[in-house]
Amino acid sequence: MNRINQKLQEDKKLLSIYFTAGYPELEDTVEIIEKLESSGVDMIEIGLPFSDPLADGPTIQDSSTQALKNGMSTEKLFEQLKSIRESVSIPLIIMGYFNPILQYGVEAFCIKCQETGIDGLIIPDLPVDVYHDTYKTIFDSYGLINVFLITPQTSKDRIHFIDSVSEGFIYMVSSASTTGAKSGFGDEQTQYFDRIAEMNLKNPQIVGFGISNNHTFQQATRHSKGAIIGSAFIKHLSNYGKGGISEFVESVIRSETT
Amino acid sequence: MSYNVNEKGYYGDFGGAYIPEMLYPNIEELRNNYLKITSEASFKEEFAHLLKDYVGRPSPLYFADRLSKKYNTKIYLKREDLNHTGAHKVNNTIGQILLAKRLGKNRIIAETGAGQHGVATATVCALMGIECVVYMGEVDIARQAPNVARMKMLGAKVVPALSGSRTLKDATNEAMRDWINNPVDTHYIVGSVVGPHPFPDMVARFQAVVSDEIKWQLQEKEGTEKPDYLIACVGGGSNAAGTYYHYLDDESVKIIAVEAAGKGIDTGESAATSVLGKEGIIHGSKTLMMQTKDGQITEPYSISAGLDYPGVGPMHANLYRTGRAEFISITDDEAMTAGLELSQLEGIIPAIETSHALAVFDHKKFNPNDIIVVNLSGRGDKDLQNYIDYFKL
Repeated sequence: MNRINQKLQEDKKLLSIYFTAGYPELEDTVEIIEKLESSGVDMIEIGLPFSDPLADGPTIQDSSTQALKNGMSTEKLFEQLKSIRESVSIPLIIMGYFNPILQYGVEAFCIKCQETGIDGLIIPDLPVDVYHDTYKTIFDSYGLINVFLITPQTSKDRIHFIDSVSEGFIYMVSSASTTGAKSGFGDEQTQYFDRIAEMNLKNPQIVGFGISNNHTFQQATRHSKGAIIGSAFIKHLSNYGKGGISEFVESVIRSETT
Repeated sequence: MSYNVNEKGYYGDFGGAYIPEMLYPNIEELRNNYLKITSEASFKEEFAHLLKDYVGRPSPLYFADRLSKKYNTKIYLKREDLNHTGAHKVNNTIGQILLAKRLGKNRIIAETGAGQHGVATATVCALMGIECVVYMGEVDIARQAPNVARMKMLGAKVVPALSGSRTLKDATNEAMRDWINNPVDTHYIVGSVVGPHPFPDMVARFQAVVSDEIKWQLQEKEGTEKPDYLIACVGGGSNAAGTYYHYLDDESVKIIAVEAAGKGIDTGESAATSVLGKEGIIHGSKTLMMQTKDGQITEPYSISAGLDYPGVGPMHANLYRTGRAEFISITDDEAMTAGLELSQLEGIIPAIETSHALAVFDHKKFNPNDIIVVNLSGRGDKDLQNYIDYFKL
């Protein structure tokens, strides 16, 4: 069974962390992954940087720009990750825009993911329809789970379609925004979380966008399986360096563990 | 075989809508409504009325006698430079603002490179009394000051794009991010035949008024609707799409697309996407685009700010791949020379974008009886400083 599905069966709220590979320094990737796991993170999204990240706000854009300047590339990332499964056992997901994957070759990319021990992919600009018609069989044959996003504006029919195509979890974007644009949740989000919870989808949901600390983590996971933190973690990394990773993770999950 | 868009939003291998889920409702709303709304009688009437009385259409199809004599062929210029705001861009912004109104939108966003599309958008927003926000790369704001001032005078807010290379592609990213953050009340007026379906088709349809007029104007002057050649410059490709539109599937009319070679194809400072680009995804569309082998989008160069886009509309990518259009690359120097030549032979100072199309006559030999229509897509006022610097006037 895929590590993502195993993890989703655990009886706890999951914390997933996003970081941009190659940031702050080119060779930080493996160390950040190991530190995140040892700090108690349940799942990691490794960002493959792109020159034009449409769905991201300034924090992730800047980290991507810096990572590319540092020399990060698809080839380089797989090189860095080639022994990752000797030290890390939690699910690893690569999150990246479609064009770099297309240039690498979709099947070649999937083969590399399988060899490396990557469990899934999040490709924000690969729409579910195109995936379903063109790429699903390739992803499936290398045991990769592709994760799709829904937003407060996604129609009920489309959510059901996405649920039917998904085989891991649904990435529930908390508000209509780019990453890092909003912090915290209002009534609108609470109602949206309730509405999705009532749909009884076959896939569990993990909430992303707007989560930055223990309070928002608690809010987001009240009706969902887990939550994803991206921009807030990258900011913390920029300010406090890799040494501050465990402190950040503990501050988010403390009420879960006490 | 049709060179037009199919029902899935593709031109051959190119097009589609590769967009984050956050943009799906916006794009879906447009896709479901753009053909319906634009085919309503009241829409057609208002569009035609504004094009006539506000833009000043039909634009003349002018027989350039001295230019024709020099190159020993028959050259007609489609005078889009005489439109209100000085270029073809306004045909599209008029169409889209009418569409936005019918979709109940009360806020408009746009991207702009040189500022021509920004000005055309700010103009129609002023006309309709709708809030307007234009994203423009910080670098472009500095080098296109008069157009920034025009937009401000028209009441638009100009927001600098500070990400990436801080030029047109980044302004486009910022506009898309704005749209993600404001999905309900805002319409994004894309300025060229680029972006996710249905934008390339929608913009091409609004610009199609150009070839619609060429047909009857040429009939009047030459007794035939069909020229032997159509020539237009291509950045994103909206003036070219308008010029070709009604002739796309008539292969007896030859099509020439002119790209900016910048300082030369092999210099690393070029914007000739068809030659230097590879298939990829840019701004939600699968098309030819300039990129590293790793799939990172690269920054093009041209003396003309309207042609330095790293991609090209999917219609044109398909015209290139199928061989329907001949693509010619013109350097900065060749374009500037052609711009000066038109000024002195015909008394028309063209935009530098357009000068690229005119430079084809030094590249390719035509027969004396060939009827050639060049889209004179914009006037050169905005480029005067460039011409002054280049020719030390």
